[in-house]
Amino acid sequence: MFRSSARRGAAVLLSAAALATLGACGAAPDQPAAGDGAKGKAQPATAASAADLGGMDALVAAAEKEGQLNVIALPPDWANYGEMLKAFQAKYPKIKVSSENPDATSADEIAAVKSRKGQKRAPDVLDLGIAFARSGAGENLFAPYKVTAWDKIPASQKDADGRWYNDYGGYVSIGCDAAKIPTCPQTFADLLKPEYKGKVALNGNPTKSGSAFGGVYAAALANKGSFADIQPGIDFFGQLRKSGNFIPVESTPATVEKGETPISIDWDYLNAGYAEQFKGKGVDWKTVVPADGVYAQFYSQAINKDAPNPAAARLWMEFLYSTQGQNIWLGGHAHPVLLPDMTQAGTADKDAVTKLPQVQGTPSFPASTELDKAKAVLAEKWDKALS
Amino acid sequence: MSAPTTTPHREGTAGGTTPRRRRRGPRTWLAALPLLVFTGLCFGIPLGAIAFGAVTRTDPDTGATRATGEHLARSLQGPYLGSLTGSVQLSALTALIATLLGVLIAQALVTSRSAALRSAALTASGVLANFGGVPLAFAFIATAGISGVATQLADLTGLGWDLYSFTGLTVVYLYFLVPLMVLVTVPALDGLRPQWREAAQNNGATALQFWRHVGLPVLAPSLLGGFVLLFGTAFAAHATAAALVGGSVPLVTLKIADALSGNVLTGQENVALALGLDMILIAGLVMAVYLPLQRRSARWLR
Repeated sequence: MFRSSARRGAAVLLSAAALATLGACGAAPDQPAAGDGAKGKAQPATAASAADLGGMDALVAAAEKEGQLNVIALPPDWANYGEMLKAFQAKYPKIKVSSENPDATSADEIAAVKSRKGQKRAPDVLDLGIAFARSGAGENLFAPYKVTAWDKIPASQKDADGRWYNDYGGYVSIGCDAAKIPTCPQTFADLLKPEYKGKVALNGNPTKSGSAFGGVYAAALANKGSFADIQPGIDFFGQLRKSGNFIPVESTPATVEKGETPISIDWDYLNAGYAEQFKGKGVDWKTVVPADGVYAQFYSQAINKDAPNPAAARLWMEFLYSTQGQNIWLGGHAHPVLLPDMTQAGTADKDAVTKLPQVQGTPSFPASTELDKAKAVLAEKWDKALS
Repeated sequence: MSAPTTTPHREGTAGGTTPRRRRRGPRTWLAALPLLVFTGLCFGIPLGAIAFGAVTRTDPDTGATRATGEHLARSLQGPYLGSLTGSVQLSALTALIATLLGVLIAQALVTSRSAALRSAALTASGVLANFGGVPLAFAFIATAGISGVATQLADLTGLGWDLYSFTGLTVVYLYFLVPLMVLVTVPALDGLRPQWREAAQNNGATALQFWRHVGLPVLAPSLLGGFVLLFGTAFAAHATAAALVGGSVPLVTLKIADALSGNVLTGQENVALALGLDMILIAGLVMAVYLPLQRRSARWLR
């Protein structure tokens, strides 16, 4: 019975795809390009690099011909994405960028890719949490594409086939309103002090929010845990909850401004952003990356395999990994993935680099299996430890 | 002559009524058709999709879908079970308190002679009953949160007040549940006829006896109906709780949101659907208690 329903489902999908194809034919301007492709050059939809299309100029031309780029889940106040969209639009005015649902989650993005398969409104490019980048690649949802700067991305931060690669990231940090807190905590151990009663918050629920999950992971590292063992982090927050230091309210710009979350564990680029946002509003927001729990995490970029605007999608990727794009993230206090290389080459924005919160040591990343295990343990144990 | 004329006439009447009766059935049914189609489409399809997703799994590699009880089993274990019981507890408690408070307020309104008070209170209830979600959560954070105005002025923290707890959430829920109860109870109390009370008084009954033997038995089903409505409202609430307590008060709606749309857990969608099915079953059970009683009260309150 289920199998036959599945088949019926497949039939519906097929007919939907057929309709979408018809729609695409109706929108015809792409069709002549298919003819060009047959003569030698690759199609934008299958190009695995700019060179496949005949270089950057050809890519720009193809993208401008499409004239449209659909992005999703890019909050303007997150790691300078607002500036990123503006700069792209300024550089390629012929391409209209439509930004959908800025506050969507990674799961929402994947759902949009699946449910809009074949539609013109489907997202072209995705900004994903690493777990979703991996699982999406496993489900064959992404087009392999290697940007010009591909070789400079460290091997541990990209899929070997180019289906996803890390873009920007940051460290778990402790933000603190120095106008209200006499001595700001510097480490996770500090957070247990009685003076911080009712003051420590996370950016969301760690079973849902990536940054809150990072906070628990970092706390685990600070308390003799490891990438393979997140339990000490859960226990740490359980202890914070029992002592009354931890407040479960989700820290947002609103709660920070209101002073309800005077100490907030969050990505350093968000915390550092709050400092500028609330300067002169009675909030003196200081950000520190705790030395006892250094945990970095990067987000990843991927191209929808069925992107309605495949060339624009690839051009967007090239833009993100250009010096200009990487510096825009840097301006948002995030660590762009090419920062080490750009520092060497002297192309990194020095002002922005000096403004980054100080970090000791180099980041290391959990393996896929370790990450999966940590999440399973967290989903199982978090409620109990906190309630 | 008369016989043949009457007989056809009789047959005519009989024939006239029977088809009319027969036709009346389909006709009324036709009138309800839009509603039935609407219900079938808007409730049936999602319900079918939830049920289908809850008991099947599609392998991402092969694309084959097969039946499995795994998701339902998982939805009834560990933290998922905890969130279901947490939701039932919170909903039952808040619905119970709101029912009591709501009835007392509604009775005060019904017996009050001031028409202005009555209309003002009902209008306010109508507004407040629909005040929920993140705005409500933030209103409470600003008022009764740790650095909230009321908390600072009255030193509520010293008195053991914590907005971000089960108790805090109960108070926040009451904020929209009590007005809702007032709205649904006032008509029922209006239906309680003064003659019944007068009759009881004439027979020497005290106020207590009147309520014990007449008032409450007649009202019981509508009160229970109100309770069921409040339970359902509290059970389905999500945004307020999400903004206030995150994961520290386990609630099933929060768990569904985590599993369905998040940045951390992958591949949990079917468990979310199974949890949704559990919620529907619980709501169905509660309704099953309410419906037979509702039918009894309809006889009296007209």
